[in-house]
Amino acid sequence: MSIFSYQEQPGYFKRLKEALKVTKDEISHQMDQVMGTADSPITESQLEDLENILIGADIGVETSLAILERVREETRGRKVLSGAQVRRMIRDQIGVILQASQEVDPGTRSTTRPRVVFVVGVNGVGKTTTVGKLAHLFKQEGEEVLVCAADTFRAAAAEQLAIWAERTGADIVQQGAGADPSAVLFDAMAAARARKKDVLVVDTAGRLHTKTHLMEEVQKMQRIAAREVEGAPHEVYWVLDATTGQNGLNQAREFFKTIGITGVVVAKLDGTAKGGIVIAIARELKIPIRYVGIGEQAEDLIPFSAEAFVDSLDL
Amino acid sequence: MLENLSTKLQKTLRDLRGEGRISERHIEASMREIRMALLESDVHFTVVKDFVSRVKEKALGQEVLGDLMPGQQVIKVVRDELTNLLGKETIDLKMSKVPPSVILLVGLQGSGKTTSTGKLAMWLRNQKHQPVLVSTDVYRPAAIEQLSIVAGEIDIPVYREDGRDPVQLATQALQHARDMGFDVLLVDTAGRLHIDMELMEELERITSAVNPTETLLVADAMTGQDAVNSAREFNQRLDLSGVILTKMDGDTRGGAALSIKAVSGRPIKFIGVGEKYDALEVFHPERMANRILGMGDVLSLIEKAEQVVDKEQAEQVLRKIQKNEFTLEDFRQQILQLRQLGPLEEIFKMLPQAGPLKGLDKVQVDEKQLGHLEAIINSMTLEERAHYKKINSSRRKRIARGSGRPVSEVNRLLKQYVQTKKMMKKASKGFLGKGLRKLNFPI
Repeated sequence: MSIFSYQEQPGYFKRLKEALKVTKDEISHQMDQVMGTADSPITESQLEDLENILIGADIGVETSLAILERVREETRGRKVLSGAQVRRMIRDQIGVILQASQEVDPGTRSTTRPRVVFVVGVNGVGKTTTVGKLAHLFKQEGEEVLVCAADTFRAAAAEQLAIWAERTGADIVQQGAGADPSAVLFDAMAAARARKKDVLVVDTAGRLHTKTHLMEEVQKMQRIAAREVEGAPHEVYWVLDATTGQNGLNQAREFFKTIGITGVVVAKLDGTAKGGIVIAIARELKIPIRYVGIGEQAEDLIPFSAEAFVDSLDL
Repeated sequence: MLENLSTKLQKTLRDLRGEGRISERHIEASMREIRMALLESDVHFTVVKDFVSRVKEKALGQEVLGDLMPGQQVIKVVRDELTNLLGKETIDLKMSKVPPSVILLVGLQGSGKTTSTGKLAMWLRNQKHQPVLVSTDVYRPAAIEQLSIVAGEIDIPVYREDGRDPVQLATQALQHARDMGFDVLLVDTAGRLHIDMELMEELERITSAVNPTETLLVADAMTGQDAVNSAREFNQRLDLSGVILTKMDGDTRGGAALSIKAVSGRPIKFIGVGEKYDALEVFHPERMANRILGMGDVLSLIEKAEQVVDKEQAEQVLRKIQKNEFTLEDFRQQILQLRQLGPLEEIFKMLPQAGPLKGLDKVQVDEKQLGHLEAIINSMTLEERAHYKKINSSRRKRIARGSGRPVSEVNRLLKQYVQTKKMMKKASKGFLGKGLRKLNFPI
């Protein structure tokens, strides 16, 4: 029996589970191999194997060790331990970490109109696709959506977003290549107000978190947003590529510190990558995860649920 | 923050000095440090396991040499072994004897295939080749448009045809290259998951249609443990000939490089180090080993410096420093050269993060400020630049007005200059390493 209740959203859960199937099979298989039908106290070498499994999921050394330390404490002196029991312990630990970060901010949407959502991240994580999918999602929820092509750097980024706008029936504001992203944003905010849009989703250029001048560029955009609409940007979604390793933590720290991200979107979770770095990020920075991307179609972005995520991992 | 491995090892093995041989007992702790560091660098855990046992084998029983500290000795074993694993030497691109050569670029979504295609095309043109590009990405919105724009920016021809079949597009592009006398065709492909059988089969069909001379996997240097899965799958299906590791200009350790090399056996040929199209460098295994170890990349730095620093001028400056005749004009030249080296933060990252240089990679440099410094010195007369003591308060005011900076900044610059002068005098007497002295930093 699961300690969580995710039954309200069976559709989401099923799809997330499908997306994570490869991961799940691999990890539970490994776990079974390590623990087998153990009927003796857990050994150091088993713990080390478990550590490898967690690290293999990109959870990272520090977080993996912390999780296993709890397992060590809880199993101390206990004789009979099955693989399933140990798995449950690890699972619950991860559940607690993710749950804690989700609770920091339950994610109630601002009622300000237009609501302004920034989408940021390093290069190639899937920002434009995420903006397209978010536009679709908000549309489905009955909102009027405007997207803003503020990535004026990458070749054809605006063209790519325009195709997404057409697909999802959202309006788009764009300018020529090389335009000042803040100017595009300014235009988009005026348009969103004039056309009485419910939500403005802003696609930004990919930027490595180590490039100060590019991070400052987003700060400037935030200032302009705040000047034009009260409380804007209401959400700053940071997109993480699920294949990212330990550098994800550096990225998250920098984006969190300089831009103040309000939520994480984990993209590309439909491969074999485990996306375990989100657990390390949740543990250290307590930034809630909002959505996961599980495919290339417009509807392939689903709200994140810690319960479903952990259950699907089936550790 | 992660302490770099070399510092850790030196600490762990400090007590070993004076002992005859490196023994099992000594080495246990350091092997753990090595394991942790590699895992933190995203090297796959199975690769780490093999690696650590090999290092252990090599390090055990080694005599503790007179000059080297035991820590350094183990580091040397680690570094040699890393370099070994990454490939002993730099490997060139193969070119077909009968042109056109075909280079196929494959990889996961967002790894940087299109940007790398542009960069590689530019690199090839600099090597006197005549490349032509084609995109077979008919799936992602505006992907073909993206390559066309990239091609336009670097002024390299691109083959573009309306069509929805990637295999046909590649075949037609090859014919086009032949007809028009291009000697290299670069084929940019759609990003795909390695478990997407349909798209992987499409790549196999493209491969048999155009028979590529090189099939390069474009991989993101920030990739975690999953790097082994995609590299293995791409290699099994396509018989890769090499790898381009992208986004190396961030702060990733790039352990994925090791994983990819270990599971595919294919050499890393290039690394992407920036957003501009000339930011593609030939891969050097020993430098990557240093990066994973956190030991900096002094070699790349020196190479870079040599490109912008006029040797004769540098020697002249060095002589001046030794005689304590380093003037504000020299200071200005230094700033000019420094700015030519590129963003300072990247330069600092190449330095070993240990000893007196520790923490430099965290230093934030405002490039604008360098410009201000330059403007201030530009507003001085030549005489003032040669004799800074002449710059009294009325001259300072004039310089401030001329450069559009506040007097306080002029004062600060003069102070900095005097400090630099002192430091350089010290440095010239051997406080900094050889490599650095060669660079003549005004820091």
